[in-house]
Amino acid sequence: MEDLKKYIAEHPFFENMIPEYLDTIVGCASNVRFNAGDFLFREGQTANQFFLIRHGKVTLEIYVPSRGPFIIETAEAGDVLGWSWLFPPYRWHFDARVQELTRAIAMDATCLREKKEADPALGYNLMQRFARVMEQRLQATRLQLADVYGNPVAHSR
Amino acid sequence: MLPQVDPMLPTLYQIEKVTKETEDTFTLALNPAQTDGLPPFQPGQFNMLYIYGVGEVPISISGDPAIPRTLVHTTRAVGTVTRAMKQLKKDQQIGIRGPYGSHWPVTEAIGDDIVLVAGGIGLAPLRPALYQVLAMRERFGKVVLLYGTRTPEDILFKKELENWRKRFDLEVYVTVDRATGNWYGNVGVVPSLIPKAPFDPHQTTAMICGPEVMMRFTVHALQNRGMATQNIYVSMERNMKCAIGLCGHCQLGPTFICKDGPVYRFDVIERLFDKREL
Ligand SMILES: Cc1cc2nc3c(=O)[nH]c(=O)nc-3n(C[C@H](O)[C@H](O)[C@H](O)COP(=O)(O)OP(=O)(O)OC[C@H]3O[C@@H](n4cnc5c(N)ncnc54)[C@H](O)[C@@H]3O)c2cc1C
Ligand code: FES
Repeated sequence: MEDLKKYIAEHPFFENMIPEYLDTIVGCASNVRFNAGDFLFREGQTANQFFLIRHGKVTLEIYVPSRGPFIIETAEAGDVLGWSWLFPPYRWHFDARVQELTRAIAMDATCLREKKEADPALGYNLMQRFARVMEQRLQATRLQLADVYGNPVAHSR
Repeated sequence: MLPQVDPMLPTLYQIEKVTKETEDTFTLALNPAQTDGLPPFQPGQFNMLYIYGVGEVPISISGDPAIPRTLVHTTRAVGTVTRAMKQLKKDQQIGIRGPYGSHWPVTEAIGDDIVLVAGGIGLAPLRPALYQVLAMRERFGKVVLLYGTRTPEDILFKKELENWRKRFDLEVYVTVDRATGNWYGNVGVVPSLIPKAPFDPHQTTAMICGPEVMMRFTVHALQNRGMATQNIYVSMERNMKCAIGLCGHCQLGPTFICKDGPVYRFDVIERLFDKREL
């Protein structure tokens, strides 16, 4: 348990989290390990966890019929993966495929939802952390959409 | 009195080697056809390349400043002149004048960590800076190259990137905007590499080259890491004609990119950055 708490406290996502909150959420955490080719989650499944990546690499993919998997983003050590557990209907929108041996901390969603309902200040703190990640991902997605490296000629048409 | 040399007169160069980098990008290595060739260049400077009967374009030098006799230019075929250039073969000749413009502050950055951030074809103008840094590697702290392209197929200098990656004294991170399932590298935009890149923001010189939108997001990410704008350099592009500060084609606010740029310290042009053609 102490190890888990240390890992959580050291993960950038929980930077500067007060010890009292760490004590509360560590009860929802478990150590997990995945091998290359495993899936952390798959599109359509119930989102009952999120992951703090400690080591390795995971790709977020969308499966396009006749084209195969299309990679949207990669997550590595220091990243957090998954926010579909926050909002009903709690379903994953993408596949998360493991590219190389990955160690992570899985946070149980039901457990966390109960804790944040019981302590709104903790809930707010968590939401703020996720909102920051969402904002960063949204900015990155907008930049991806801008297709800045595209052919200038094709663009001017 | 010495005869006046017409600064607009190109020097004849012969193509020694053509390398296909990607579907639309190629590298020419050129040696002087008859004379000694042009004066030595600094990393970040550019030449005007003249294709007979077609026209002239500014292209950055992508080769090693320690081997100034051979000029290396990496070009993306986007329009009339660059497409004609793509058709050129070994032993054909073109006219070159230069080198022009300001340069990356490599020697000024001695003692610092170095962060090079390249987007797309922007790796080409940064490569000479990396050569220069690596030639006196022990005089810098951490050296980090962050490189983003559209897809894995658009990655330039693949072999060289692999070799750089193998070095223990250089951190190389490559990312692409989009990829399919058989790509094992990073997917995401290049500014998103900055929060985790290993450098000391208070003792770093950053040099950025790529599309202006990418450079703007990169500057923000560097600022979020705590970097001061005086330590951030960007390379700007505008259409050019004379390249010697006479015609005004390349004006950026009160400056001419061909003379005062293309490399600018970010705080000097911050106000003008990302303005539509001025
Ligand atoms: C200082 C400087 C250094 C440069 N270094 C390089 C380099 O190392 N490698 C390289 O491939 N290119 C470089 N460029 C850009 C290059 O000069 C242009 O791509 C080239 O002039 C286009 O000429 P063209 O006749 O082929 O295209 P044109 O027929 O003139 O134009 C075709 C299309 O390309 C667009 N275009 C023209 N110029 C640019 C530009 N600068 N950026 C984006 N789109 C443009 C036009 O809007 C048009 O849509 C540099 C430009 C500058 C100013
Ligand atoms: S291109 Fe003529 S002034 Fe710069």
